[in-house]
Amino acid sequence: MKVLVPVKRVIDYNVKVRVKADSSGVDLANVKMSMNPFDEIAVEQAIRLKEAGQADEIVIVSIGVEKAQETIRTALAMGADRGILVKAVDNVETDVEPLAVAKILAKIVEEEGPGLVLCGKQAIDNDMNATGQMLAALLGWAQGTFASKLAIEGDHASVTREVDGGLQTIKVKMPAVVTVDLRLNEPRYASLPNIMKAKKKPLDVKTPEDYGVDVSPRLTVVSVKEPPARKAGVKVADVAELVDKLKNEAGVI
Amino acid sequence: MNFGLTDEQEMIVSTVRSFVENEIYPHEDLVERTGEVPKEIADEIRRKTLELGFYACNFPEEVGGAGLSHVDFALVERELGRGSMALNHFFGRPQNILMACEGAQKERYLLPAVRGEKMDALAMTEPDAGSDVRGMKCFAKRDGGDWVVNGTKHFISGADHADFIIVFIATGEDDTPKGPKKRITAFLVDRGTPGFTIRHGYNSVSHRGYKNMVLEFDDCRLPDAQVLGEVDGGFAVMNEWLYATRITVATMSVGRARRVFDYAVSYAAERKQFGQPIGKFQGVSFQLADMITEIDAADWLTLASAWRLDQGLPANREIASAKLYASEMLARVTDAAIQIHGGMGLMDDLPLARFWRDARVERIWDGTSEIQRHIISRDLLRPLGA
Ligand SMILES: Cc1cc2nc3c(=O)[nH]c(=O)nc-3n(C[C@H](O)[C@H](O)[C@H](O)COP(=O)(O)OP(=O)(O)OC[C@H]3O[C@@H](n4cnc5c(N)ncnc54)[C@H](O)[C@@H]3O)c2cc1C
Repeated sequence: MKVLVPVKRVIDYNVKVRVKADSSGVDLANVKMSMNPFDEIAVEQAIRLKEAGQADEIVIVSIGVEKAQETIRTALAMGADRGILVKAVDNVETDVEPLAVAKILAKIVEEEGPGLVLCGKQAIDNDMNATGQMLAALLGWAQGTFASKLAIEGDHASVTREVDGGLQTIKVKMPAVVTVDLRLNEPRYASLPNIMKAKKKPLDVKTPEDYGVDVSPRLTVVSVKEPPARKAGVKVADVAELVDKLKNEAGVI
Repeated sequence: MNFGLTDEQEMIVSTVRSFVENEIYPHEDLVERTGEVPKEIADEIRRKTLELGFYACNFPEEVGGAGLSHVDFALVERELGRGSMALNHFFGRPQNILMACEGAQKERYLLPAVRGEKMDALAMTEPDAGSDVRGMKCFAKRDGGDWVVNGTKHFISGADHADFIIVFIATGEDDTPKGPKKRITAFLVDRGTPGFTIRHGYNSVSHRGYKNMVLEFDDCRLPDAQVLGEVDGGFAVMNEWLYATRITVATMSVGRARRVFDYAVSYAAERKQFGQPIGKFQGVSFQLADMITEIDAADWLTLASAWRLDQGLPANREIASAKLYASEMLARVTDAAIQIHGGMGLMDDLPLARFWRDARVERIWDGTSEIQRHIISRDLLRPLGA
């Protein structure tokens, strides 16, 4: 079985994001970019499937700027087999929207014929949480979202989902789109031999036109703002004052 | 000229950086508090490093290493330099002088060291012979076909964990117009060799848990098979291989300085006095400007000297400059970071006091700053006959 893993290049989760002065977005000039952490989990899961003999090839796809190649190389260094870069925008500030990404991915799925698409549940930059679901809909495939456990059982996959207040296990028919959650696994480090091999692994470069998909934005960002700064707390003298404040000031009890 | 890192180098840096952050940082406080690296933690770091193919990555592929270039390896050590020396000792980087092993020595020392099965240490310094290596008193006398060794080495890092030690020992003396001059030979000495003991040395202010040991030789018998390189050829092997430890000091100083700098810059942005972040005061912000300028300068000086080695260019003077400048830069940067933190910088709730203490040894080991200046200035003046 072939496994397709789409990965997104996003602002590194360690970077303190700064909103641009004109409120048009987050400042991406000269900041560290990395693979979306949920996508790293998806790559790790694909490698584990391969190690368990349940997958035989892992194809990585990234849609974005030319530099997204680095993100693909990182996945190849972790152990994936080959990559496809779809150069869709020139400017990192232009986000390719979920529907456009899903449409391109659907075309790639048609070409590649994977038995499973493993996506991160969302990208940490805009938290859309939509691409995997849209892709499943476009393909008419089954979907299992927010997977914290995944087992392939013949022509079905058993997906344990993290839902509010518990875990739900569902069985989906393969081929399927599965989006992964934080607790599915802990991604490995790229090993040195794999880092050295990554360069020699094939990486095709494509454009949205190759797939006949229009990536022009449909959403308009009105404004991006910093979250309000947290106010300092207050000290109370005793329990009575605390209860009083909770009742009369905060109105929570 | 290209100052950019290749994709591979970027990945090497980010892998080692994550490794240090996730596998080394969490144990640092324990090591600091106890002065010990628990065996399970040491074994775990070694196992993971082996698994990742980074163990002995400074060695060529023919002997099982990763064949990294000097620049690549400098990048690895720069990231390691962020973490505790005591812990990252187990991110094994055996002495590259082991490449001088011949014949059966390869199977006994070189290959097990590269495979992470045996650990090494290196001993030159003696109580009466530090900078003046040739002044060593530890002496090997011929007896039949063997050597009989007597003497003491001290300050030997990592000898507590070593299965064998590369020891420089005097094997003779020549009369020269400038007076008597010792001939020196490098020996491979196994832990447990009769007449050879490794005992605890001193407690050091720098790098708690990275211990320095005393080695004692008392009629210790070593066969010729233990000679590394040629008899009386100790200086030749030293000159051929020991540049590496000086680059290590430089790269690690740069890595540590960057970690320290991150603390300083965020504190300057967050700490408020007189109603504003202290970083708004020029007295603080200009310190940051000086710090980063010096860190970058040391970084490039170090990478450039590693690059010269990769190009096969003479690099002795450049390496000495890098070691000198980077270790002195680290002293200034750790000191300034504490100043920026005020009193809090001295408390062990933050690691800054530790970085400051640790920095002190970098100007001393692997050739003091004065010895580096000596190397640099001799390189300049010797060709002019001065
Ligand atoms: C924690 C620690 C770990 C160490 N690990 C090892 C190890 O693993 N293996 C090993 O072999 N050694 C090791 N060393 C020894 C280290 O390399 C020596 O300490 C160093 O070379 C200096 O020698 P010394 O301490 O005897 O000082 P000395 O040589 O006595 O120097 C004293 C002072 O005189 C100055 N000085 C000496 N000669 C000159 C000169 N010609 N011109 C100008 N100034 C001069 C020095 O710069 C210094 O300031 C370690 C040292 C320390 C502190």
